[in-house]
Parts: sequence; C-alpha cells; structure tokens
Amino acid sequence: MIRDDTRNRFSFPKLVENPRDRSFLASWCFPVEYSVSFHQYQVVGRALPSESDEHPKIYRMKLWATNEVRAKSKFWYFLRKLKKVKKSNGQVLAINEIFEKSPTKIKNYGIWLRYQSRTGYHNMYKEYRDTTLNGAVEHMYNEMASRHRVRFPCIQIIKTATIPAKLCKRESSKQFHDSHIKFPLVFKKVRPPSRKLKTTYKASRPNLFM
Amino acid sequence: MPFKRYVEIGRVALVNYGKDYGKLVVIVDVIDQNRALVDAPDMVRSQMNFKRLSLTDIKIDIKRVPKKKTLIAAMEAADVKNKWENSSWGRKLIVQKRRASLNDFDRFKLMLAKIKRGGVIRQELSKLKKQSA
Repeated sequence: MIRDDTRNRFSFPKLVENPRDRSFLASWCFPVEYSVSFHQYQVVGRALPSESDEHPKIYRMKLWATNEVRAKSKFWYFLRKLKKVKKSNGQVLAINEIFEKSPTKIKNYGIWLRYQSRTGYHNMYKEYRDTTLNGAVEHMYNEMASRHRVRFPCIQIIKTATIPAKLCKRESSKQFHDSHIKFPLVFKKVRPPSRKLKTTYKASRPNLFM
Repeated sequence: MPFKRYVEIGRVALVNYGKDYGKLVVIVDVIDQNRALVDAPDMVRSQMNFKRLSLTDIKIDIKRVPKKKTLIAAMEAADVKNKWENSSWGRKLIVQKRRASLNDFDRFKLMLAKIKRGGVIRQELSKLKKQSA
C-alpha cells in the first residue's frame, strides 16, 4: 500500500463563512514554512562479514542529502573512494537524521568544500550566517550552482563548523556582526498577500516608497 | 526624503505575506541582507525575509535577541498594542477586518445608517443653499 504523503500536504479550508474575508488564504497557502530541502544524516555502515574478516571495521559518516535514500547512496559513494567496499558487499547498519540543536540562534557557519570545476578539482572555504546548519548547507549549494555553475554531485563537503564572530574571515558575514545594526529597506516590493490574489492588471501604479 | 523607518533591533513590523499574515512582529536580530530573526509574544522565534515584512513606525527598546519574557515586558513598556491600534495604519486594518466580518444583518444595518447619514447631509446642504440664495 503506497502512502502518498505529498497529496495531502495542502488541505483546503472547509466552507468559508464569509467569502469577503480573505485572511484564511494566507493560513493555508504555505503549509511548509521555510523548509530546507537538505537534511543532515549520520550513516553507519561496514563491509559484510566474510570468512577472512569476521568483524569488519564499522565506519560512520555525517553527510547532507535531501532524503534517506540519497544519503545512503552518498555514503557508499564516499566509502568506495576511501575503502575497498561497495554497496553490494556492504551493509548500512544505521541511518539517523541529525537535527539542529538551536534553530532560533543565529550562527556563523564555515563550510570547507572540494568541488569539481570544468578544469579540475578545487578547495574552497565559504561562510554563511544562518540559524541552522542545514540552511547554511542549502545556501552553499545554491550559491555554488549560481556563482560557479557547480551542481550537487560535483561538490564534496569536507568540513563544517560554527565559527565564533571574531574568527570570521568573510566581509559579507562580518558586516552583520554589529549589535546596533541599522539600515533602511530601500524599496517596497508591492505584492498581493497571497498568490491567489495575483492579477495581471492593476487599477493604479504601485507606490514603492517604504 | 531620507528614510525614516530602519531595520534595527526592536523595530516592529507587520507581516504582509505568508502563514503569519497580519501579525505584528519584532525584529530581534538580523541574519543577513535579506533575512531577520523575528519574534512575537505568541509565536516561536523564527527567521523571516524582509520582503515579507512591512516596517512600522514603532520601535521598542531591547537588546539583541532578548528572552521571551524580556521581549514581552519591553512590548508592554512601549505599549505597542495601543500605539498600533491608535495609529492610522492600525485603525485602517481594524476597520477592514470589521467590514470583512460583517454578516448580512450587519450589512443591512450599515445600509440603513448610510441612508440616514446621506439624508442628514442633504438636509444640511439644502439649508446652506437656502441661506446663500
């Protein structure tokens, strides 16, 4: 029996009392608020026991993937490169998701990565300010894709760390280390409060002043 | 011409898109150029894009990322709720909500009140016309 989770994600409201009251639209339009597509998994695996090796060494890896299936696949990809074991002669012992410990605290994340460009492999260090590590990793993948045209399969995350503010290297994260930060928003994006109310033509020109 | 409403810690903003539409939130920290950490007495502290926020004139006095209790106390001290409900923007939103929540009988009463008001205005106008004629 196949359970289709995605089908029931958007639940339509029951009969609306007053059709003029549009506040309900905002509540169901975005059932998943700010979902990061990347999850961090801990995958533990080893080669299958054989006559020559009764208790093969167990290896553990932390990696990022969108779902568990891809996490296990990525695990074997890395393990193949490091040890003489493949998925066909190995077994995954455990796969657990690692959740963010403090998702309401802003942290500076440093990500060390190795990526393959059109001309060879390079190392890189990038910094991101975010509340969760998964958010920072997603930000990194998006940025690598946009700035360097490097896609997910060509990026290997070497290391990630939470960097204290004093040790940040990039100006783009250091400029937000100001406890009296203050800046104006320069122009106002005029948009209807939900996609349902979007129209092609408007009666008046928008006022962009904040 | 210069800017009057700044993104700063303690700025009260109105959410204008998304799940928390219509809520008043306080900017508690700035994550980066596009996002802020916002908090309100009735929600979990979360991040929000500036595109979803409309800054208001109200600012409260808090340090960076205060505890929930401190935030609520500061909001009481600055009297955010009353300031908002007495501001012209806040009043307009309250009126919009009231109008949207009218039932048929209320709309009937509204119609009668409008007719009555129109009649009184026309009476005054005819009196003024007679005076000037």
